[in-house]
Amino acid sequence: MLPMFFWAFVVGGLICVIGQLLLDVAKLTPGHTLSLLVVAGAVLDGFDLYEPLIDFAGAGATIPITSFGNSLVHGALQEAKLHGLVGVLTGMFEVTSSGISAAIIFGFIGALIFKPKG
Amino acid sequence: MASKKKNLTPQQQQYQHLQQKHELKRPVLKNCVKAFFVGGLFCLVGQAVSYFYIYFFNFTEKTAGNPTVATMVFFSMLLTGFGIYDRIGQFGGAGSAVPVTGFGNAVISASIEHRTEGFVLGVGGNMFKLAGSVILFGVFSAFIVALIKTLLGLWGVL
Repeated sequence: MLPMFFWAFVVGGLICVIGQLLLDVAKLTPGHTLSLLVVAGAVLDGFDLYEPLIDFAGAGATIPITSFGNSLVHGALQEAKLHGLVGVLTGMFEVTSSGISAAIIFGFIGALIFKPKG
Repeated sequence: MASKKKNLTPQQQQYQHLQQKHELKRPVLKNCVKAFFVGGLFCLVGQAVSYFYIYFFNFTEKTAGNPTVATMVFFSMLLTGFGIYDRIGQFGGAGSAVPVTGFGNAVISASIEHRTEGFVLGVGGNMFKLAGSVILFGVFSAFIVALIKTLLGLWGVL
């Protein structure tokens, strides 16, 4: 259990360092950086490289935004196995529904209870 | 870029040169160390949350990812609402933007900010103002990747 915490910290931190380098060295905007990372996650899963990283680092790989791209591809492929080509469309949000639905629900609750500051 | 430079007078080019020389250099290494620790800390908390789901709610290592992400977004709502996430963001840079909490923060801060414009047009219309690009490019690239993989599978290449 302890090594898992260690690797989650290190791998998650390293992915954030990649993001920081894209911001500072490549001088991308935060929007471009995050979009690029999501695309990178999707492509990595295309080559079956992201899943081993999750086995190795746990939350270090599932918490960074790259895992969003990974789980989108995963859902699409899962459904594609069952229903063929149509599954690519219908299965897209199969696995990753929780991130987006949580963002929408908590975003709305946040807007209900908090007032904008400064 | 090149075509832009051509249209400038020599003085303007000189000025640009001068400006570049005096531009503040970003402390890249320092920023990276900060991003590493802040980002790592978020993932550490995420790991603790996923163990919580594994031990108390019978999730497996594989399925614990989903409730963990939702919980982290919930934390992100609290931190954003109390104005703490902004401070973390100023300190941690990409370390606070890259974890899923940063995605949550983008959605939640946009919806809090626009509530004065009403719940339908303000909150509803602007919720994904910042996070929309992440969803768009995530979904589109995932579509392409999955399409290629499925087609290759159907043709018997993979």
